[in-house]
Amino acid sequence: MHRAVPPVISVTPSRALVDETFRVAVQNLPPGSPVTLHSLHRSEDEDLWEAFGHYVSDSRGTVSVADDFSFGGTYTGKEAMGLLWSMSPVPGSREGLRLRKKNVCIPQLVNISVYGGHVEEGFGERLPLASTLTERWHLGPGVRRIEISERGVRGTLFIPPGPGPFPGMLDMWGGGGGLLEYRSALLASHGYASLALEYFTAGELKSADKEFSYFETAFNIVREHPQVIPDRVGLFGLSLGSLMASYLAAESSVIEPRCCVCVSGGHLYPRGVFCYFCRHKLRVDEHNREIWRSINLPIPEDLSQKLDVGKINCPMLLVNGIDDQNWPTVECAEDMAHMMRAAGKEHLLTRIEYPDAGHLIEPPYSPHSRATKFIKDGVTVILLWGGQTKPHADAQEDSWRNILAFLQKHLYCTQNPKAKM
Amino acid sequence: MLRHARGSLWSVYFKTRVPDHRTGLRRWSSMHRAVPPVISVTPSRALVDETFRVAVQNLPPGSPVTLHSLHRSEDEDLWEAFGHYVSDSRGTVSVADDFSFGGTYTGKEAMGLLWSMSPVPGSREGLRLRKKNVCIPQLVNISVYGGHVEEGFGERLPLASTLTERWHLGPGVRRIEISERGVRGTLFIPPGPGPFPGMLDMWGGGGGLLEYRSALLASHGYASLALEYFTAGELKSADKEFSYFETAFNIVREHPQVIPDRVGLFGLSLGSLMASYLAAESSVIEPRCCVCVSGGHLYPRGANLQQLFRAYSSHSHKLRVDEHNREIWRSINLPIPEDLSQKLDVGKINCPMLLVNGIDDQNWPTVECAEDMAHMMRAAGKEHLLTRIEYPDAGHLIEPPYSPHSRATKFIKDGVTVILLWGGQTKPHADAQEDSWRNILAFLQKHLYCTQNPKAKM
Repeated sequence: MHRAVPPVISVTPSRALVDETFRVAVQNLPPGSPVTLHSLHRSEDEDLWEAFGHYVSDSRGTVSVADDFSFGGTYTGKEAMGLLWSMSPVPGSREGLRLRKKNVCIPQLVNISVYGGHVEEGFGERLPLASTLTERWHLGPGVRRIEISERGVRGTLFIPPGPGPFPGMLDMWGGGGGLLEYRSALLASHGYASLALEYFTAGELKSADKEFSYFETAFNIVREHPQVIPDRVGLFGLSLGSLMASYLAAESSVIEPRCCVCVSGGHLYPRGVFCYFCRHKLRVDEHNREIWRSINLPIPEDLSQKLDVGKINCPMLLVNGIDDQNWPTVECAEDMAHMMRAAGKEHLLTRIEYPDAGHLIEPPYSPHSRATKFIKDGVTVILLWGGQTKPHADAQEDSWRNILAFLQKHLYCTQNPKAKM
Repeated sequence: MLRHARGSLWSVYFKTRVPDHRTGLRRWSSMHRAVPPVISVTPSRALVDETFRVAVQNLPPGSPVTLHSLHRSEDEDLWEAFGHYVSDSRGTVSVADDFSFGGTYTGKEAMGLLWSMSPVPGSREGLRLRKKNVCIPQLVNISVYGGHVEEGFGERLPLASTLTERWHLGPGVRRIEISERGVRGTLFIPPGPGPFPGMLDMWGGGGGLLEYRSALLASHGYASLALEYFTAGELKSADKEFSYFETAFNIVREHPQVIPDRVGLFGLSLGSLMASYLAAESSVIEPRCCVCVSGGHLYPRGANLQQLFRAYSSHSHKLRVDEHNREIWRSINLPIPEDLSQKLDVGKINCPMLLVNGIDDQNWPTVECAEDMAHMMRAAGKEHLLTRIEYPDAGHLIEPPYSPHSRATKFIKDGVTVILLWGGQTKPHADAQEDSWRNILAFLQKHLYCTQNPKAKM
């Protein structure tokens, strides 16, 4: 397509938080011309991620991703944010990649381009008609980042701007270990003083030796911060972190979480023991990807193998993917509901379960990875997390909205905090 | 600025004055809250010409609050604005949707917290807010206070506060310092392969090098050169010949990422006059279109800048000052001379012209000039090239939208600091900035991007 004047591509807003939507538009195309909208991101690990959609300009020579239909590519249909959530590593990339922001103080830079015609591959070898850059931030303006290393606890605390005081959060990730700040940065951008907790070194699950008191101390570090409202501190966990959150909510006599968000978690916890692995039930699929889901199925009847969730006294939000191949989260949620009902605590529980969503339910618009590398006992394996991209992306978007509403209700509002959401 | 809670403080306790309009008395009341409200600005980071939505949630229903903005300029002055609101039955205030009952702006004004800003009480006189370093954003604090507060914001603790970034530079826009062929300026190139339409961007009689409008134009897809053509404050020393501007134009035109036959001119005040001069008189360059904000056509034919200023100075006996000793230059060049040798031959212009003026301009008789220019162009059969927009109660300094209005500011004239009266009333001037920018971008898009007949009237 030889043109004297190129089209104009715009992303509005050009700078945004990662959970905000944008509008991608192209103007000044010839009417009715096929074009490809393309996104490109170079991760902190130097991998390239891309997505693309096939469009046809309208009679005024315009394409609007938020309003128009994508006819092909990594996503189809009317998908305003498809250029982000449908990203995957470019052909030839290393296997089993997962996109996770490490340095939250700088944004994710994403190139958004428009190419002539309906292109399927080889974007790197073509010249786009036009291209622009957009910034995606986990950290809102004015949010403060404070490294925590006290009382033996390691993590990063994010405080919203303003005088406060603010509700607080203890934020725990899963079995991969290490310290991931991005969700806490985002929560602080929504008004919660959130501590991203490091509780074992990345990839060394077996070495995890933290006692229960470690988590209680971490909770108290948040609670005792001068800018935190002491009786409004919640728990947020994903995967293993979710299990820890449930454990704290059920068993701690020291801390009183105001509410608890458990994403892709469970309640299978041999009482008093921190480690859990029944390897003989491990399965692998045809690509040699490990499926851990069945390791702990069926859900044991033996109460000593499960958390005593009947002792929980705060509102709980359980978010799970029905296609979770890593953990039997839905079966656990069902059993937890049963146990809480028996204890008269069912009114505290809210369950959301998403069809065809997998284990890694992250903040919205982040790419879905059905299977990624995982370091298990110092060995790199590929774990199958599950989920199909479009339903998983929908789950991330919808769950985040529900999570923020749940947190606002229980940590900000002044009605009865124990009412069901 | 903001005091943070210390020690074991976990509730916000403050005193507000609640005016009782019926009795004229003021009563003290206290609002003790365990959980503060939440204030949000969406988007939290934006270009300066983008709108935002400021909202407060989790207030008690029906409570009077004050929304407040605060900005510390690069010159270390504090600018602020505020509006008085009442939360609705759900305890929410939305600036974009709700009515402000008082403050520096009233009514439903989504962006009032920006455009109605003025220097805080006690500030130096005659300040003007202009961004120097476009590579970092303007930071604005947006806060909510209990009650309808009129003053003393610095001594109170807000209920909640957040920060928003306002950018002139979009992501991926490149900034290139230009110092070649004797021309000094800064070129901003949009992201992407290009090529792009170009722009030569000229400011006014204050001189120096101001990048912010060019940065913004590049964020909208134009490769724009912010031109420096005399040192700040030294108007009298301006000695650039006509060829300086032509060379600058060519630097843009010849850039590998610029479409050579789609380069326009953009000027304000003196820069606007230069733009008109180039459009009318240059045999070397062919601007595709021309945006003239608060400009004119009074220019002794054949004169260079030095001679131009001498010609203006010869009228300085007509200079008036108002009751605050602020200089009004408007009448210096009134009435518009009949003598054609004192005016640009605008009948020779061959490109579309957009003239944007404020009817309350106290610095230059821009509307009278525009009228006369239309007359001259009509006589030459060029009227179809001209589009005029004139805003009631707007002043001389019509800038990109949401920037504060200054009715009079300091100006260095012959090394002496005076206060010039620019004119305009804040609200109509803000409306003019918002509307004119929309029209300017549409005009540029039509003439520099679209592929229809470029000479059609906008």
